[in-house]
Amino acid sequence: MRLIDTAPVRAKRGSRIPLALLLPALLGLVFLVLPLAGLLIRAPWSAMPSELSSPAVWDALRLSLICATSATGVSLVLGVPLAWLLARTEFPGRRVIRALVTLPLVLPPVVGGVALLLALGRNGIVGRWLDSAFGITLPFTTTGVVIAEAFVAMPFLVISVEGALRAADPRYEEAAATLGASRLTAFRRVTLPMIAPGVGAGAVLAWARALGEFGATITFAGNFPGKTQTMPLAVYLAMETDPDTAIALSLVLLAVSIAVLVGLRDRWMSTP
Amino acid sequence: MTTTRSRTAAATFAVLALAVGLTACSSSKSTTPAASGASGSAAASASAPKATGTITVFAAASLTGTFNDLGKKFEAANPGTTVKFNYGGSSALAQSIVSGAPADVFAAASPATMKTVTDAKDTATDPKVFVRNTLEIAVPKGNPKNLTSLQALAAPSVKVALCATQVPCGSAAQTALTAAGVKLTPVTLEQDVKSALTKVELGEVDASVVYQTDVQAAGGKVDGVNFPEAAKAINDYPIAEVAKAPNAAGAAAFIAFVESTEGMQVLTAAGFQAP
Repeated sequence: MRLIDTAPVRAKRGSRIPLALLLPALLGLVFLVLPLAGLLIRAPWSAMPSELSSPAVWDALRLSLICATSATGVSLVLGVPLAWLLARTEFPGRRVIRALVTLPLVLPPVVGGVALLLALGRNGIVGRWLDSAFGITLPFTTTGVVIAEAFVAMPFLVISVEGALRAADPRYEEAAATLGASRLTAFRRVTLPMIAPGVGAGAVLAWARALGEFGATITFAGNFPGKTQTMPLAVYLAMETDPDTAIALSLVLLAVSIAVLVGLRDRWMSTP
Repeated sequence: MTTTRSRTAAATFAVLALAVGLTACSSSKSTTPAASGASGSAAASASAPKATGTITVFAAASLTGTFNDLGKKFEAANPGTTVKFNYGGSSALAQSIVSGAPADVFAAASPATMKTVTDAKDTATDPKVFVRNTLEIAVPKGNPKNLTSLQALAAPSVKVALCATQVPCGSAAQTALTAAGVKLTPVTLEQDVKSALTKVELGEVDASVVYQTDVQAAGGKVDGVNFPEAAKAINDYPIAEVAKAPNAAGAAAFIAFVESTEGMQVLTAAGFQAP
């Protein structure tokens, strides 16, 4: 069989691929690929130029890219130090803090949106004060979208960077310290370059998660074209009345996702 | 080695978390999971529908309170029946019925959203208007910004949540605003009337244009302000049996109950008007 020919190293261990593994594996593959095929087959190709020429599509895409990138930026600035704190220091309650940091990973995003509203909304515990002291209200603004996306995406970066830090040999930092470097200098000049691939991978994960964010965004930031309506929201609302537009928008997001994967194929996503 | 193990653990966790995170972004508002186990006896004769089993009703979000009430009364009058509701924006419900969602009854907040379903030949009976509903401005309790007209909502300092124009409350609000000659930019376009109202309840916006019945159902948590242009944007609510209804007899019985004197009493008490 061709499958075996192309994988001689793996085939050496047993004479053939067991059916009990091959069948579910193929089913799994079909399961993952079939919906995408559906999207491509049902796409209104002839109407695509007119669907995509609407400025509303590009408004939503531009907003999505800006917000996802900003959310990744926020995650990097706050998340990398947080990961360092979790990986390199000992303090009471560190395990609890770590659990709290990863909670948004498993929390349904829409719950995150409700929580953000109660904390940072105009009547929220912090938002009330922001409003009265500075006149800042975050819900229904583009900043609100960035906050919602960063809330959901940052844990991905923290986990990824923390893993890289734990895998990196601390003796290099200790060596830097014996040579007179402060902890901050050692972090900047020794640790950060060492864990750069981990930071990169975490940033990509966070960016992808932010780009697809729906629940927290629509709950906290609402939905208004050009301001808070990102691509996933546009797809969802288009699906209610105009499935063809929804499919066209979905294809644009699919193209962006593929472009990201292709762009990264040799850096972080390849398997050994 | 400890480092290797924790690295593997972290990587595994990250992958798992990614899977969980990506799937958990649905925003469905079903109060029950789409009931697929409907066990109606379609064999019952059409002349005297005897309702049994589970009846699944897809209804406009603005019907939430009244239909919950009607469901309980119907179950009490027809032992052995269970009525399950799926509330949401009428356009989203219509789209899901056209896509094959297992509904028995569809009650929409506008003829336009019902038309999505009838155009796809997905209704078994001709839609019948059973109630009408009028718009009102909803403001936080005590009307802190003293908003008394549609014109007042257009002020830049006033934050307004409207329904998206796809859903009936949004298109009705647009009709009223056009009639009043008011051009306003809302801060958000919500996907159904209840989420627009919630933004007022939470105090996140200063006003919203919703139905009178929603203000009444909020039970004093918000105040309602009438405006004259509402008369030009009255919504008709049609109801129909779905063509592929898993429980056709149950659907007919539930629709008959909604249109009965007892059903209309519940609806008019909540602020709906008889057609």
